[in-house]
Amino acid sequence: MHGISHGRQRAIRRFLYGASVALCLCVWLLPLAGIALTSLHSIDELSRGNVWTWPRPVQWSNYATVLQGSRMAQFVANSVLVTLPTVALTILVSAMAGFALAKHPFGGNRLLLAMFVAGNLVPFQVLMIPVRDLVIALGIYDTRWALILFHTAFQTGFCTLFMRNFIREVPDPLLDAARIDGAGELRVFWFVVLPLIRPAIAAVSVLVFTFVWNDYFWSLVLVQSDAVRPVTAGLQSLRGMWQTSWNLVAAASLLAAIPPLAVFFVMQRHLIAGLTYSAAPEP
Amino acid sequence: MEDERGRAASPVSRPAARPRHVGVSTVVLLAPACVLFALFVIYPIVASVRLSLYDWNGVGEMTFVGFANYRELATDPVFRTALGNNLRWLGCYLVAPIVGLALALLLHRAAFGMGAVRSLFFMPFVVSQVVVGLVFGWFFNTRFGLFNGLLQSVGIGPVAPFDSEVWSLYPMIVAGLWPQIAYCMILYLTGRTSVAQDSIDAARVDGAHRWSLVRYVIVPQLRPVHFIVAMVCAVAALRSFDYVMIMTLGGPHDSSTVLAYYMYEQTFVATRYGYGAAVAVVLLALMSAIIVALLWRMFRHER
Repeated sequence: MHGISHGRQRAIRRFLYGASVALCLCVWLLPLAGIALTSLHSIDELSRGNVWTWPRPVQWSNYATVLQGSRMAQFVANSVLVTLPTVALTILVSAMAGFALAKHPFGGNRLLLAMFVAGNLVPFQVLMIPVRDLVIALGIYDTRWALILFHTAFQTGFCTLFMRNFIREVPDPLLDAARIDGAGELRVFWFVVLPLIRPAIAAVSVLVFTFVWNDYFWSLVLVQSDAVRPVTAGLQSLRGMWQTSWNLVAAASLLAAIPPLAVFFVMQRHLIAGLTYSAAPEP
Repeated sequence: MEDERGRAASPVSRPAARPRHVGVSTVVLLAPACVLFALFVIYPIVASVRLSLYDWNGVGEMTFVGFANYRELATDPVFRTALGNNLRWLGCYLVAPIVGLALALLLHRAAFGMGAVRSLFFMPFVVSQVVVGLVFGWFFNTRFGLFNGLLQSVGIGPVAPFDSEVWSLYPMIVAGLWPQIAYCMILYLTGRTSVAQDSIDAARVDGAHRWSLVRYVIVPQLRPVHFIVAMVCAVAALRSFDYVMIMTLGGPHDSSTVLAYYMYEQTFVATRYGYGAAVAVVLLALMSAIIVALLWRMFRHER
């Protein structure tokens, strides 16, 4: 008798817990649900105030309109063409520096590390005018390279620390074995270190992908033409074009949000590992 | 020849090839990172500090004016508004650790589908601030926003936060809180797993109830996470720019501007590059307190 009531009590508890989690989640995701529904409504429906009803019929054509009737596809492609090279370059540059800092003891090692970490917290506005002048002087203003080079430089700061700490755990005998065989440091880096630090590479890639894809500030400051403008800045310019067509702006917003969301769902463990680390860097 | 600690007694001889000092290979490995960082981060900081001592419209002659830009900032009412708004932003962001901790405690439990639920809660963090700003701009829109719909359902008349010099700041903070809470939640969830289970069990044996368990065992043990979360929120509050650019453009009448946006506006709209740089330097000075705290924490463990 006692056992049954105890079991029932537990069942009720479990149900209440599940219900409260479900309720919190619904409230939490309301903004995303709102934008998803808006993107599937016709504009007539929306102007009658029916955001929260299921659209009938579902207006998939909004997405077609966005992709064919605007430069949205171009903006998404621009973001890809900025983000992927930045991720690749950042991994290479930060892993190289991380290797040197982890396995080549020299004076100033610590200082360099502190500088990289501190630089990563500097407000963008302090860099804005000189960086803009610099890319103009380099002749790469309003090109993808302006964004790629800047993002690589900025992200390298933190990623170097991350790589360095990971590479420090690589056992020295592994490196020495390659050195005995006559491999130079660059070959050791390429053939021994890089294959061993795949988890760090995964964390850095997904972290840098998310930050760079979502960057808005530098997309405003370093480029201006539609041919190179990333999707964040592109979205804002489309909003001006579609002043009252909220369904189109919503569809475009979702399109801009999908790539980082997809990357997140595929690689979330790596993203969370990287984020936890970046918030609390260890020496 | 000195040897590495712990290896001195080892019979295994160390190969001579291991680099012991800065060699060509060290320089080659470090060069790309150092050159890029010096060019795009270190030099710009120095150049901005220098520029803040000049009067410059971005194209013409630069005139040295000493600390005139800073003296002007001291009496600039918009600058004061921006600074105040950054502090308000910071104050309101204190909600993020509290809600984030509550969510983390709620979602810590291992149950079926919990991993997926945590991911869904974390989702806002990976959505661009531009998109978040657009969504919350609609939510608080005077004419058709859901916010007014909710208010009307409880009998409160429509409000127009974006037309108010008092309230226009807050829809942006609410927008910013959404991903910020998710971030805090993830940090607490990660930290929560490192709270010693035996101390929780011991408290349970002593008859601690759920609330006192949280209050006296879990929350105190999360102290290192509290520090990190506070830093992360302070950095985010000082960095706020995207929401202002998307939602209010600092208006009405500069009432919702923040330092980062005011800097951008002074530079590109008012074309006062030197003055903008001075605002940026103030922002850097505020951020430096956080940078120093983080570096101190980071290197303290080593000693």
